[in-house]
Amino acid sequence: MKYQCMLRIGPAAFRIGSAWAEPIEALRRLYALYPQPQDAIADYTVRLEPAGVGRRCWRPSVRIAGDHMLPDAAPMALRHGLLAVEMGMNLQMALGWRRHLLIHASSVEKNGRALVMTGESGSGKSTLAAMLGERGWRFMGDEFALIDCATGMVHPFPRLVSLKNRAIEAMRDEVANADRFGPLMEATPKGDIVHLVPPESAIARMVEPAKPVMLLFPRYGFPLDQRPVGQGEAFMRLTQASTNYVALGEQGFQALHRFVSGVPALAVDYEDGEQAISAIDALWEALP
Amino acid sequence: MSARLLVEALRDPSSVRLWNAKAWNGVISAARAERLLATLAHRLDGADVPEPVARILADACLDAERDKQIALWEADRAMAVLAPLGIRVILLKGAAYAAAGLKAGEGRMIGDLDILVPRARMDEVEAALFGAGWEWVKPDPYDDAYYRQWMHELPPMIHRERDRMIDVHHTILPLTARRTPDAEALIVDAVELLGGLYVLSPEDRVCHAVAHMLADGDLAGGLRNLWDIKYLIEDIDNIFELKSRAALHGLSSHLNMARRLAAHIYEGSERPLSLREQLIRDRLLGRDGWGKESNKLLGLGFYIRSHWLRMPPLMLMRHLWTKWRKGHRPV
Repeated sequence: MKYQCMLRIGPAAFRIGSAWAEPIEALRRLYALYPQPQDAIADYTVRLEPAGVGRRCWRPSVRIAGDHMLPDAAPMALRHGLLAVEMGMNLQMALGWRRHLLIHASSVEKNGRALVMTGESGSGKSTLAAMLGERGWRFMGDEFALIDCATGMVHPFPRLVSLKNRAIEAMRDEVANADRFGPLMEATPKGDIVHLVPPESAIARMVEPAKPVMLLFPRYGFPLDQRPVGQGEAFMRLTQASTNYVALGEQGFQALHRFVSGVPALAVDYEDGEQAISAIDALWEALP
Repeated sequence: MSARLLVEALRDPSSVRLWNAKAWNGVISAARAERLLATLAHRLDGADVPEPVARILADACLDAERDKQIALWEADRAMAVLAPLGIRVILLKGAAYAAAGLKAGEGRMIGDLDILVPRARMDEVEAALFGAGWEWVKPDPYDDAYYRQWMHELPPMIHRERDRMIDVHHTILPLTARRTPDAEALIVDAVELLGGLYVLSPEDRVCHAVAHMLADGDLAGGLRNLWDIKYLIEDIDNIFELKSRAALHGLSSHLNMARRLAAHIYEGSERPLSLREQLIRDRLLGRDGWGKESNKLLGLGFYIRSHWLRMPPLMLMRHLWTKWRKGHRPV
């Protein structure tokens, strides 16, 4: 491919190729602090290709391709190229990763102990993790929490935070340094999106795992409320939130079983971020 | 060209000692695209590879092991449904290689479960599978009618709880194809395995793999099929028996071509290839350093050829017209 770069996020290494210069330039700027892959060898290749004959120049349209692909993925506009890369990398992890149990969840850490938050898109798990990451917690990831099947520890996957719609303004209030934000991508298939570079220390500590001690199911847009979630329910919801639970077979079952047996789980409804953060602080203080 | 490096490594595992990161990245992508990564892992077992590569290969082996386990379980489930009807389950392709413990099965990724049953019993088989939790994948009336009238298999079915597909064949090439293998002979000469499942005889396994690769389809995944063929031929004691079996099925020229291609690509034979074989070789080895098909036009050519092989011209035109109206476009 004409333009390319490599980068490492947590334990995974990517090679990104593109028919256009712009997405690669944006990636280089936003991922500047990230390390390079060991021995320059990538676990996965992601390709941004023209979606049809001539579509490199004429109404440029991106097809997300790579080692793992979805056959019927819709092409994207070139101005949403950074999102295309993000979706391409997510897809490689979701379909290919086998070294941990992969849970669609955000996570943050304090004193070696991790808080894991999972929920549907729009639940606010990503925004909450980003906010906590600016307020004394270590940001570990907004998309995937990687559970070590042998030790039960959570490993970080601190890629760029993908801020959507109202989360964009919320984080602009939180983060003073404008250089940490990527370009505004309007009207993507997922709404307006801006990428945020995680705090430098979160990137520097991207291979440092933490022991999970609390699992939250946040839900945005409902009056403040919380209730404990039983182990059975947590287990079932996490199997749905995991992309490789089935592929890992018995060791996936063992890892998830161990996780829900050892980590207390709560569902938290909230109406705004500050409210959720106070609730989380209170829950965290009450931990043994 | 990463596919060329990939076959070089499969042929001679020691060749990877000289590879740089660029070569590895290209080969890993090409091997994933060709579904040969776990096969490569098995070939390179014990070789001195960089640490990140070793991790990637270990993951691939794990996936292949899981595929095998699932395939054998699906075969067992199909047998549980069909054995009471007195119908033998003859496994085809990947599941057969795994069940029979063949060298071709080492590190082979396995997708759907393919089985062969007598054509006269297809209705019973269909009803029994339906009663045991399998259902249609494509509820399109045209496709359904097309499969039933012209194909060598039922429309694909999927198990509603286990989410795994089964293809029930009554022969090994579409009924519209130029060649008509002897399906009855395939079934009569199938070999029983310990546990009650069946696989084709060693000669028929080669014939099926050859027919699948060269007399049907557009050669997508052909590098893997050819790798199967190379090992399946190694299991043959008497090459003359294989030749007469291929003649019985009308596949002599295909067998010869497959042997020449396998020798050329996987054994480094210097014997010159015919023009047609060179085109097939270029198609098989057409992966660039990003795992991408490097010659789209050649790919399209083989896609068109695959239809040409499958049906007579008038029928092809009617088929393409129907599919076009339904919104189908070649990639």
